[in-house]
Amino acid sequence: MKVSLSWLKEYISVDLEPSVISARLTMAGLEVDAVEERYDYLDNIVVAKVDKVTKHPNADKLTVCKVDVGDDPIQVVCGAPNVREGMFVPCALPGAVLPGDFKIKKGKLRGEVSQGMLCSASELKLDADASGIMDLEGDFIPGIPLEQALNISDTVFEIDLTPNRPDCLSMIGVAREVGAFTEPKQTVTLPDFTLPEEKIGNISIHDHASVQIIDPDLCPRYSAGLLFDVKVEPSPFWLQEKLESVGLTPINNVVDVTNFVMMETGQPLHAFDFDEVAKGKIIVRRAGNDLDFTTLDSKDHKLESDMLMICDGDRPVALAGVMGGENSEISDNTTRVLVESAYFNPISIRRTAKKTGIASDASHRFERGIDPDGTVNALNRAVALIAQLCDGATIAKDIIDEHPKKRVPIEIDLSPQALNTRLGTSFDTDRMKEMLESVEFEIEKINDTQLKVGVPSFRVDVTRPEDLSEEVARLWGYNNIETSYPLVPAKGRLLNPKIPLREKVRQIFTGLSFSEAINYNFINENSCDRLNLLDNDKQRQVETILNPISDQMSVLRSSLIPGLLETMKKNIAQQSDTIRFFEIGKIFYATQKGSLPEEKETIAGLMTGNRSDQSWYSKKAQIDFFDLKGVVEGFFKALMIENIVFEKIEDNAYPYYKNGYAALVKSGNTVLGTLGKIDGKVLKNFGLKQDAYVFDFGLKVILDLLPGAIEAQILPKFPSISRDITIIVDRSVIVGSILKQIDLISKKQILIENVFLFDSFEGQPLPEGKKSLSFRVVYRSSSKTLKEKNIKKVHVNISTSILEMFNADLPE
Amino acid sequence: MQNSIVDIEKEAFQSIEQAQDSDQLEQLSIEYLGRKGVLTKFLRNISSLPENERPGAGKNANILKGKLERAFKSAFSKIEAATDIDFTGIDVTLPGRPAHIGSLHPVTQVTKEVCDIFLRLGFDIAEGPEVETDYYNFEALNIPKYHPARDMQDTFYVSENIVLRTHTSPSQPRVMEKTKPPVRIIAPGKVFRCDSDITHTPMFHQVEGLMVDENISFGDLKGILTTFVHQFFDKETSLRFRPSFFPFTEPSAEVDIRCVMCKGEGCRICSKTGWLEVLGSGMVHPAVFENVGYDTDKYTGFAFGVGIERLAMLKYGIDDIRKFFENDIRFLRQF
Repeated sequence: MKVSLSWLKEYISVDLEPSVISARLTMAGLEVDAVEERYDYLDNIVVAKVDKVTKHPNADKLTVCKVDVGDDPIQVVCGAPNVREGMFVPCALPGAVLPGDFKIKKGKLRGEVSQGMLCSASELKLDADASGIMDLEGDFIPGIPLEQALNISDTVFEIDLTPNRPDCLSMIGVAREVGAFTEPKQTVTLPDFTLPEEKIGNISIHDHASVQIIDPDLCPRYSAGLLFDVKVEPSPFWLQEKLESVGLTPINNVVDVTNFVMMETGQPLHAFDFDEVAKGKIIVRRAGNDLDFTTLDSKDHKLESDMLMICDGDRPVALAGVMGGENSEISDNTTRVLVESAYFNPISIRRTAKKTGIASDASHRFERGIDPDGTVNALNRAVALIAQLCDGATIAKDIIDEHPKKRVPIEIDLSPQALNTRLGTSFDTDRMKEMLESVEFEIEKINDTQLKVGVPSFRVDVTRPEDLSEEVARLWGYNNIETSYPLVPAKGRLLNPKIPLREKVRQIFTGLSFSEAINYNFINENSCDRLNLLDNDKQRQVETILNPISDQMSVLRSSLIPGLLETMKKNIAQQSDTIRFFEIGKIFYATQKGSLPEEKETIAGLMTGNRSDQSWYSKKAQIDFFDLKGVVEGFFKALMIENIVFEKIEDNAYPYYKNGYAALVKSGNTVLGTLGKIDGKVLKNFGLKQDAYVFDFGLKVILDLLPGAIEAQILPKFPSISRDITIIVDRSVIVGSILKQIDLISKKQILIENVFLFDSFEGQPLPEGKKSLSFRVVYRSSSKTLKEKNIKKVHVNISTSILEMFNADLPE
Repeated sequence: MQNSIVDIEKEAFQSIEQAQDSDQLEQLSIEYLGRKGVLTKFLRNISSLPENERPGAGKNANILKGKLERAFKSAFSKIEAATDIDFTGIDVTLPGRPAHIGSLHPVTQVTKEVCDIFLRLGFDIAEGPEVETDYYNFEALNIPKYHPARDMQDTFYVSENIVLRTHTSPSQPRVMEKTKPPVRIIAPGKVFRCDSDITHTPMFHQVEGLMVDENISFGDLKGILTTFVHQFFDKETSLRFRPSFFPFTEPSAEVDIRCVMCKGEGCRICSKTGWLEVLGSGMVHPAVFENVGYDTDKYTGFAFGVGIERLAMLKYGIDDIRKFFENDIRFLRQF
């Protein structure tokens, strides 16, 4: 909200620098976002003395003036009738920008040089007078800034109000805060809230108008006043200027007065053209069957039947508390004006405002809660002002004040002790009383340990003792409260094991040269299609966001892979084509409607590009599946999870992987995840041209497999010996099955320490369709140095077993 | 009669000088120093010398042995240097074969740093779902439906009563429902708001903190958060606590720190105020305690929330929050 300092000063006398006021408001909880000097636009406008006036040679209505602006005299072409030699006038010099974004430049007018512009008061928004240039009437030093010469200044504070302080959505409210934070403390001077006797006519409002509240829960109070013989016209300058100073646009005198009083008191008002109010009746009720309504901004709205409406004898005339109707708005021809000043239920107003999409100054205040006892004062103030602005207007005798539900004044029993405990302070009862009284709380001291606090009607945010603790804290100053340290038992709880696991996973992958990515939880809703997922794939159970930022971010991810592929694409666009990313994050599967989705934490990664770049020691080489597999093996090894098995994935079981290039990772029967090469079509769907390798694991399954305590092994004392076996088998025989067989035998043979494949070969001189595989078996005994005779039998056993089982031959 | 040591020496050095290649040298080395070499023989025959010459001869022979060993070594080097490029050394300015290392996301690093500070202060870590019920995200935190405070956070909806959590604060009621005081937790995690520009991303990270016990005061809140700021930034960073509003705390406080860029002079980063808003905090509102069944007469507590990206931006001088989620490898590798 914008607050003008000069306007504020009508209610409180304050001499502080604007910067000090701004700081104090901020520290009182009214955060000042910006401070603007209102007359900054008068920069480059100076006082000029008109030295000489001559007729313009080429234009009858123009004159050419020599004016003194402090430095060398300049020549200005002027069109004002009142220009005369010796007068002091405002002169806009080149560089000045007049209201309406009118830039002053040096130029020629009908052939005569003009080095500036002599200005009228209206052009400078200093007065309504546009009849001629502004006569400064006095003696000035030519060239001094106009602001200084006129001694005008105004500061406008832009306050970012929190929703709990609707009382400060008004000049009086802010003035009250300023008063509480100045030394000595001051109370605000309120404007005159009485009606001017001389303007009150003989006709009572009750003879013409009536108010009936059908729904007192939504409208506990409705006050109304009536004016006759109003002349609708533009507001006087002072009123327009006031509204503009706080960012409102002047419309006409009646509407401007309602806005002015709203800004002054915080009470939104509405003015009806009373001639348009059928039967003079105001009925406050829900919309019911009236479901179409046109607001005064000419927009049509579909209503809901429970929305609160202001109706006349026939139809709705206003969307209560939100916006008036076009059918009864003030027009140039309006002469009878009914002013509404009501209190509406905040929730009802907010629902209506949300549903109709209207956010008005009125709804903004009503939905936060205005002063329930403030309607009549504001009404009187507005009616009086309208009458004052229109010479011939008269005010109807009496006002209507329907008040079916009265506010129950709030009284809080305050224990100063409890308040001190909450804040860590030690104020005595009197000090506390004094502080609260400075913001108009009414305090009754019951005894030294109890205060009864009456809450002023405008402080709708204060209902319990804790609310008062904030008042005391901010009045005393948060920064004056002593800092302390809590004493608590030195008792800790076990960390959720997921936390250290995540940390470990991160360590491992950064060690494996992966960079951590964090992608958005939202992905494009077509991601499932782009991943080639089958219709019945679980990953298609996506949770959809009802109000997404964009189509690109419209569903919650059911896989980390789309995000990683997008990330790859972005990096390749930046010419980073060898990259390794990993991400730890949740994926989501929709469950029943209205229930929370299933959240599953996963670890996924992507590799693409080169294993080695072109360099002095090696050629450029692209990564392949086995680079990926090596990473995955390294990962599980680092986690000390043993007996991990890689199993070829059935074609199309995970359709985003290329058939034949993907594996399930299992431990026993538990699937830990998958790895593989991304299918070419999927790459294309993501706009990628370069191969990508991906792994994807569940975090929880891995957590469950983590080994318990580590037991250190005694290192072997005796040397190992190795024997190799080379066999020739059909190409279709998979290495995993041979290793598994050797493993089976070795389980019974404690002498076998390790078996691994050290060579694999296809091609000449081997027959077509065959490959040769070489395994090394490492033997070791814990009790002696092994000799040939100790292992011969076992080794032969292994050889014959695999030769038979895999229909293998020995090399020739 | 045996050759004298002097003769042996003379002869040996001549031969070494004349040797053409390493094979010849090897041969000579065996001839002089080998098990059956000249020097060994000489030493073996010392016993045949007169008794008074023996010590001198032995000593001289050993000295000569050392001399010859050195001479052979340098002769070998010379010959090899002439023939083997290895012996000229390597070009140490050639680039090494890289051992690559990855990088942790700055959000991860800052989250960990924040958590570690509070773990040292005895807090535990709690976590909750990223998709929340309206109840935990709002109602339990004293933000009823149609409360204007809901405007403070633009919410993503999944259905009428299911939202993407707009803050980590739902962890407060979730933890308190399950735990009796004293409670001392922090809850890091992702949060979501329907907002996207240079200072807002629709997803970002927060760490929530909550401490509840008997006699916990606003002064304690100040103490803990001051400690946090001093540990995270530095001891010299001044703080100010400013009244604010959160429906689930009363009193509520924003915590500002002296601008880390301009040290309070006023700059673009702090919008010329000299202060930066880094934390929201306050004393837990009694309505929140009532919702979880805590005795409001007995217990008080404080809660706070801090934006991780905000801290990371200040710490690393990052000016655009969107950078965190673009995952440009050139950005990530800086951390």
